[in-house]
Amino acid sequence: MSGCPPSQKTVKTRSITLLLGELQENFAMALGAVMAHKLRSALTLLGVLVGVFSIIAVMTAMRVMQGRIESEISQLGSQTFMIRKWPAIFFSLPEGIEKIRRRKNFTLDLCQQFQKKATLARNVGIQSYFWAGEIQSTRARTAPEVQLLGETPGSFAARNWSLAEGRILAETDVENARDVCVLGHNLATNLFPVVSGVGERVKVDGINYTVVGVLESQGTSLGGDQDNFAVIPITTGLNRYGGARWRTLNLLVQAPDQAGYEPCREQAEGILRAVRKVPPGEPDDFEILSNDSMVAQFNAFTLAVRLGVALISSIALLAAGVGIMNIMLVSVTERTREIGIRRAIGAKKRNIMAQFIIEAVLLCELGGVIGVALGVLGGNLAAWLLKFPPTVPFDWVVLGLAICSVVGIVFGTYPAWKAANLDPIESLRYE
Amino acid sequence: MNFLTELREGLSISWSAIRANKLRSVLTTLGIIIGIVTVTLMGTAIEGLHQSFLKTISFIGADVLYVQIEDWGPHSRLEWVNMQKRRAITVEQAATLASELTAARAVAPVMTSRERIRFRKRSASNVQIVGSTEDFFLTGGVSVAAGRFFSASEAAGGRPVCVIGSLVATNLFPNESPLGERIKIDQQPFEVVGVLEKLGTFLDTSIDNQAIIPLPQLIAGFENTHNLDQIQVKVKAGADLDDARDELHSVMRKIRHLAPADADDFAINQQDQILEMVHKVTGTIATIGLFITGLSLCVGGIGIMNIMFVSVAERTREIGVRKAIGAKRRTILLQFLIEAATICLIGGLVGLGIAWPVTLLMQRFLPAALSLSTIGVALLVSLVTGVLSGIFPAWRAARMNPVDALRNE
Amino acid sequence: MSLIRLENISRRYQMGGETIHALREVSLDIQRGEYVAIMGPSGSGKSTLMNLIGCLDTPTAGRYELNGVSVSEMGDNQLAEIRNREIGFIFQTFNLLPRADALRNVELPLIYSGKPAAERRRIALEVLAGVGLADRVHHKPNEMSGGQRQRVAVARALANRPSLLLADEPTGNLDSKTGREILALFDELFQKGHTIIVVTHEEAVARNARRIIRILDGLIASDERMDGRESKVEGQKTGADGRAVPAPDGTAP
Repeated sequence: MSGCPPSQKTVKTRSITLLLGELQENFAMALGAVMAHKLRSALTLLGVLVGVFSIIAVMTAMRVMQGRIESEISQLGSQTFMIRKWPAIFFSLPEGIEKIRRRKNFTLDLCQQFQKKATLARNVGIQSYFWAGEIQSTRARTAPEVQLLGETPGSFAARNWSLAEGRILAETDVENARDVCVLGHNLATNLFPVVSGVGERVKVDGINYTVVGVLESQGTSLGGDQDNFAVIPITTGLNRYGGARWRTLNLLVQAPDQAGYEPCREQAEGILRAVRKVPPGEPDDFEILSNDSMVAQFNAFTLAVRLGVALISSIALLAAGVGIMNIMLVSVTERTREIGIRRAIGAKKRNIMAQFIIEAVLLCELGGVIGVALGVLGGNLAAWLLKFPPTVPFDWVVLGLAICSVVGIVFGTYPAWKAANLDPIESLRYE
Repeated sequence: MNFLTELREGLSISWSAIRANKLRSVLTTLGIIIGIVTVTLMGTAIEGLHQSFLKTISFIGADVLYVQIEDWGPHSRLEWVNMQKRRAITVEQAATLASELTAARAVAPVMTSRERIRFRKRSASNVQIVGSTEDFFLTGGVSVAAGRFFSASEAAGGRPVCVIGSLVATNLFPNESPLGERIKIDQQPFEVVGVLEKLGTFLDTSIDNQAIIPLPQLIAGFENTHNLDQIQVKVKAGADLDDARDELHSVMRKIRHLAPADADDFAINQQDQILEMVHKVTGTIATIGLFITGLSLCVGGIGIMNIMFVSVAERTREIGVRKAIGAKRRTILLQFLIEAATICLIGGLVGLGIAWPVTLLMQRFLPAALSLSTIGVALLVSLVTGVLSGIFPAWRAARMNPVDALRNE
Repeated sequence: MSLIRLENISRRYQMGGETIHALREVSLDIQRGEYVAIMGPSGSGKSTLMNLIGCLDTPTAGRYELNGVSVSEMGDNQLAEIRNREIGFIFQTFNLLPRADALRNVELPLIYSGKPAAERRRIALEVLAGVGLADRVHHKPNEMSGGQRQRVAVARALANRPSLLLADEPTGNLDSKTGREILALFDELFQKGHTIIVVTHEEAVARNARRIIRILDGLIASDERMDGRESKVEGQKTGADGRAVPAPDGTAP
């Protein structure tokens, strides 16, 4: 070596090299120690494996179900919001539910008043659901469980329904409660496999309707279900299926664009408060739902459940950590002599500590990797059994592996500290 | 050496081993404690959930049969739609049933509607209005808190009297007694003759938001139909429920003119069916919940197995000596098995001790109580965990070659 | 009838890929009441021979009769019983249970032979008194000197009135003075009629016995009796005055 003192940069590089070297050395030692006691290491990492598996499997399963439910909820168009009496999801005491039940219904009259006043909206639709028996055409009959949607012309745009053939419902259809209908794509194909359904007659619960249009396939993640419906004028539906007194209708409001969403929404709220005579200062006696709000509501609802589940499933990891501490303490005692020798050769306390902590972390990570893999498999297996689409919750995978390291560090600290603080002389004497 | 002696010997060895290394024993036991605490709490919570479900449906009388178009059981969309198409159950059928059924103590036709009730300036909206006869008092699972139920003559003659539920009473008469007052059910006047006891909720509906009026009144004033929602039949005390159900079944078939080959076009429901559904739901929750918490117990067991292997290795010499002095394999096996089991039992007891006050806290939300059976199961589970975790290390100890073992260290 | 009869005993075992012949075709007779030393360098097979005699191990070939009973084909449990009732081991490193006191250590073989608690205690106290440790009965091994520990080990070996005392380098971990004390104790026991086999590599220790069997490379190299002091009578031990000598607790063996 030359007589010149090392430069700042060289010193830094050297200490980094030293650190890396030390890390590598520690890692090699840790691996050696793990392999020296195969059964012991296997059982220790098995504990971590089970702990991590517990968390990851549960979280994966929850994520899968959440995804499925979210896709079910997100059926509205992007600029559309729904106004109605009932909230999307309610989880409250029965008294709360009773309060909602007592709200004034959304009658046809009310909805039509709103429709006249909602000037900022591009489209307003009025909607209700009916269930029909089977629908027959001259060629075929459907399965006896077809959903009938009672709508107005504005619904079509609000729902992002595009037309394949014919026309959508017209105002006159609604005004006159005509017996006309627009078929969903799959329904149309079932009933009229060869010719176009437009202009044909179908029998719904014994009544003849004329098909005036067919919709394009909606192709949502739920597949064909979405296209197995028929749309009739809401007035026709109310007349046929009754319930004018107890039914509450849904308002579908489509804003003109992104910028116009908020003003449209505010106007809608104002109109309804006025028409429903809600006193100022009182909260709305109706709900405004959009895809985002419903998803957010669902997530808020499940948050408590998800936290609880995460907590419970992480308890297994806690037990694994305890096991790690126990075994590491044994390991430290067994290697007292070795520690004494290392100290005699010049290892500092922090070197010894680092060595044992890295060993603990290595064991945890080994168990963690396998546990994460099995957990993702397990969670998706549960999902597959319930016919939900599979997911890989990458955020939980990363989190899980990180948690493993944390467990290793937390529960390895005390044994490592004990090892580092052994008296070197006594350690060398240890038999 | 008989089993009892072996047990005692094993216990004393375990005890000295546990005391020898206190920190290790504490950590080992801690793993089991964590597992037992979570499993016990989960089990108690699920039991509490089950109880609260049962409480909720308890207002459906165990001895009441419900004749309706729909079946309470789970069914597909298709089945439901078909059921809706069935012929209605009518007032006349109910009357015939009442006269022909021998096993019944009371037969009540039930029709419902939803109306707003007003009293002076106050109103209660969406109140369930039940039209029935005086028998509803026996079949409907209600009891009177104040006043009385209406009489047979009032029921038959259709006097405008009513019995209101506790929630309606609270809403319309916060400060005074409702008895004798005139309320307006959708503009029609009724006199309150009785107030029901608070019943609570069924699923998400408050049963207390109802008013009961004579059936003829409901028909005349509101529904204008003879189609009933259901017929409630209360079985005579001491009568066999299944026999009564059979009789009800055949009488209804006769009343509805069903030929022997025809399928039933009505349903007879009873509490059992809902109980079944409740059991299924809680069963599923229990399986999942106990599986997850069982994993933590599993981890505790793995920890014990690990430490027992270490313990066996550390005492190789001692095992050799014992064998040299004449201990059989079985003795060594039992010694270590008992040690593992003892640690687990101690962990189980401590775990129960920790879980118990938490279950007391739980009682604020659920009717959860640490039942004797849960305690028994927890202790049994501890014991089994101990045996399962200890068996491999103990087996290894028992099979040691004494010569090698003595040479050790 | 000999107490111990070995006929063409061999012991082979596999180490790695090789076969080690620890003992080859050894035949031996030892009578009741003899005081024998088995000598040899390390690797000679003396430890293997001791393990076989002590029923800790079974021979690969040959026949071993202990007290007229063939033990060479016995199963593990049976061997354990034999060790319990017929053999008393004394080890170089004492091998006492570290967490138990002297009384408990001596009671151990009695526990395994199924004796009730009261009787166990009585016998153990008696035997401990016999080796001069009546005042150390409740001391743990780490509270005793090396010599005292070995005495406890001897007491333990005597507890079940075994036919044979088997000592493996009994003075190896003791200083010379204490070692002599222990050998004097062995002498005492020999006088009382016990059969003693000592395995050692020290000439001085072997000289105390009345018969020295030397082993080399798995075979018996020599078998000398020290003539003079004691005569051999089959089945019973006679003292210098020619009368039968009672066993430690007063009854004949």
